[in-house]
Amino acid sequence: MNIIRKVSEKPWLPQADDVSEGQLATHPKVPSERIALRFFLAVVGVVFFLFIITFLNRSQYPDFVALAGQPWQPFTNPSQLWANTLLLFTGSLALHLTRVVARRNADNTILFFLALSVFLSYLFILAQLSVWKELIVNGYGLALNPANSFFYLLTGIHGVHLLGGLCVLLSVSYNFWGNKSRTKLRASIALCASYWHFLFVIWLVLFALLTATPETFNAIASVCGF
Amino acid sequence: MEHKKLADQKATGHEPSSFISKYVWSQDHKVIAIQYAVTAIFVGLIALVLSGMMRLQLGFPDSFSFIDPSAYLQFVTMHGMIMVIYLLTALLLGGFGNYLIPLMIGARDMVFPYLNMLSYWTYLLAVIVLLASFFVSGGPTGAGWTLYPPQAILEGTPGASLGVIFMLVSLAIFIVAFTMGGLNYVTTVLQARTEGMTLMRMPLTVWGLFIATILGLLAFPALLVSAIMMLFDSLLGTSFFMPAISSLGNQLEYTGGSPILFQHLFWFFGHPEVYIVALPAFGMVSDVIATHARKNIFGYRMMVWAIIAIGGLSFVVWAHHMYVSGMNPYFGFFFATTTLIIAVPTAIKVYNWVLTLWQGNIHLRVPMLFAIGFIFTFTHGGLTGLFLGNVVVDLPLSDTYFVVAHFHMVMGVSPIMVLFAAIYHWFPLVTGRHLHSGLGKIHFWFTFLGTYAIYLPMHYLGFLGVPRRYYAVDGIDFIPESAHVLNMNITVAALIVAVVQLIFIFNLIWSLCKGKKSEVNPWGATSLEWQTPDLPPVHGNWGEEVPRVHRWAYDYSVPGVEQDFIPQNMSPEEVENLSK
Repeated sequence: MNIIRKVSEKPWLPQADDVSEGQLATHPKVPSERIALRFFLAVVGVVFFLFIITFLNRSQYPDFVALAGQPWQPFTNPSQLWANTLLLFTGSLALHLTRVVARRNADNTILFFLALSVFLSYLFILAQLSVWKELIVNGYGLALNPANSFFYLLTGIHGVHLLGGLCVLLSVSYNFWGNKSRTKLRASIALCASYWHFLFVIWLVLFALLTATPETFNAIASVCGF
Repeated sequence: MEHKKLADQKATGHEPSSFISKYVWSQDHKVIAIQYAVTAIFVGLIALVLSGMMRLQLGFPDSFSFIDPSAYLQFVTMHGMIMVIYLLTALLLGGFGNYLIPLMIGARDMVFPYLNMLSYWTYLLAVIVLLASFFVSGGPTGAGWTLYPPQAILEGTPGASLGVIFMLVSLAIFIVAFTMGGLNYVTTVLQARTEGMTLMRMPLTVWGLFIATILGLLAFPALLVSAIMMLFDSLLGTSFFMPAISSLGNQLEYTGGSPILFQHLFWFFGHPEVYIVALPAFGMVSDVIATHARKNIFGYRMMVWAIIAIGGLSFVVWAHHMYVSGMNPYFGFFFATTTLIIAVPTAIKVYNWVLTLWQGNIHLRVPMLFAIGFIFTFTHGGLTGLFLGNVVVDLPLSDTYFVVAHFHMVMGVSPIMVLFAAIYHWFPLVTGRHLHSGLGKIHFWFTFLGTYAIYLPMHYLGFLGVPRRYYAVDGIDFIPESAHVLNMNITVAALIVAVVQLIFIFNLIWSLCKGKKSEVNPWGATSLEWQTPDLPPVHGNWGEEVPRVHRWAYDYSVPGVEQDFIPQNMSPEEVENLSK
């Protein structure tokens, strides 16, 4: 699929091997849903990229006070967020295991792992909300400081994407419960798993940024030219 | 056979039977396309009326009591937002994209028909929320389609309390709809092309739509991000964009935000957006010109490369909308350079259209007239864009009527010319009847000459320094009396052009029932959408068997063949018979 060769071919001339060319042209080696997911992940990636760039830019303004660095800052000791990260990791792991058992294990095993994935991911969201509650109780309200605003915004948008994924996962589970089709399930679970792993990587980046000290912010921002 | 599987999805479970499932909750791409088109044209007519009212105020100031400064700014904003996003983007990609992509690549439908249907109803929801903003307390937002903070959410700007919220929410819903639709278009083009349809055998319409969709998928997130942060600033008191500011004598709670941050985000979306509108137009006009000049498009490969290059470059020119924003002046160097570079592939396309016409067997039918009108008006608008792309020249012209004239020429007049060309060209396919060509020619000449009468003089207003988005420009010293006369004449021209569009609407409706029935492939086109067994194409498009493609989309007037076109799906043996 050399792209240069593709767009420099001369389409007004008969193609070299017209017989097999049909296969080259339209034999879909990758399922359409996977292609669509790749584009969707690109879109989600761009959303988070733009939020992060905006965050880095905004961090250089004088009113920005990072949420880590000094001992009294909430994320100087990010152990609660580490626990949440572990939860999300287990959610991704559970989904990966669901994919493995979907090949040949019993229906009940599959349903167990599906339920486990849903449960762990839901637990992650609840855990994130409890971090929010902690922050608010300790006086780190949304509008008081841009670092706070970005914390709620970024974790919120991440959580919304995870919730969307959960809706899809629930729908996949419901369909499997109904028609017990292994092939459909394996295809769907593979896509869900990719989405979960992607969101996990996004979370790692957000985690690193949200718990960064002012020095880190300044370093990254100057690299970006802010 | 495996390779036909996707193009040939005889998907059971989406064979509709009742009226509701065939024409309302339809998953057929052709029905969804018409739903998009009707909704987009409806909301576009509302925006046209708004522009008429703006022109009334500018040409005959203070003659109408219902147009006060607030209302004027609200009309400006809603006219702009509706036209750019809810009309042009929705009609070109949702309407024409949905209809033409599967047909032109030989597929039976889009790859995700259910998602396609969802995308239309989400779009409709976005339109309803947008129109609802007219009826909320304070009315719709008057912040300009660019919605710049801090003014957009401060008292003094119309709709700052509620109207702007509706606008931002409507945009977010539209972006969800567009993402759903966009995923469909790109996946269908990549996966569901019929046997023999390589990427380089696709008509330019599909290339334009394909690259525009990719642009949209990558650019609309920027608008979503900025809308979400603006909503937070407005509803939750955050200071993403809002600086320390007083409003009406009171210090507000915001501190430290950056309005320029919004501008960067908005234009990172905003510039690709204009190419999302332009690229499908470029593609469609290439096909219309080739068909009605009975000549292959000149330089097909360069046309494809140019579309891809324009798409890529469109992401690095955004700050040419921000030369006067107070951003780092060195940015001006960079963005002016990239802006001038993007003019190169665009100019190549213009040359190729002209060279396609050169010594062609030109049939001056209505679609061809509009296509030629496009070349004139787009060249005109593109040249004034070069003026504005240069920082120093832009400084005095920024926020004047020169800019208004420029973007109306490139975004208003030329894509609309293409839309009319496309509707007159593909109407026989969609409905099986012809639009009345006499009425079409009257429509063309009045529209073409009329829009020139509107926008050509407007450039001079810009040179004089007449500012845009001003409710009233009388009583300003540097604006001479002749400018007011010019404004009046522009208004008269605008009203005439607006009224003439009624001829088109009448033609559409009349021809639906009484138009001359069309024979199959009336224009003798080569591309696949005209080769369906039924006219208009029925559900499933191709009958028993999907077509097999043997050649590119532009075999017109091939030497040695008597018939002046060879359809893409005609086998070499059949072509032999034609040459005998």
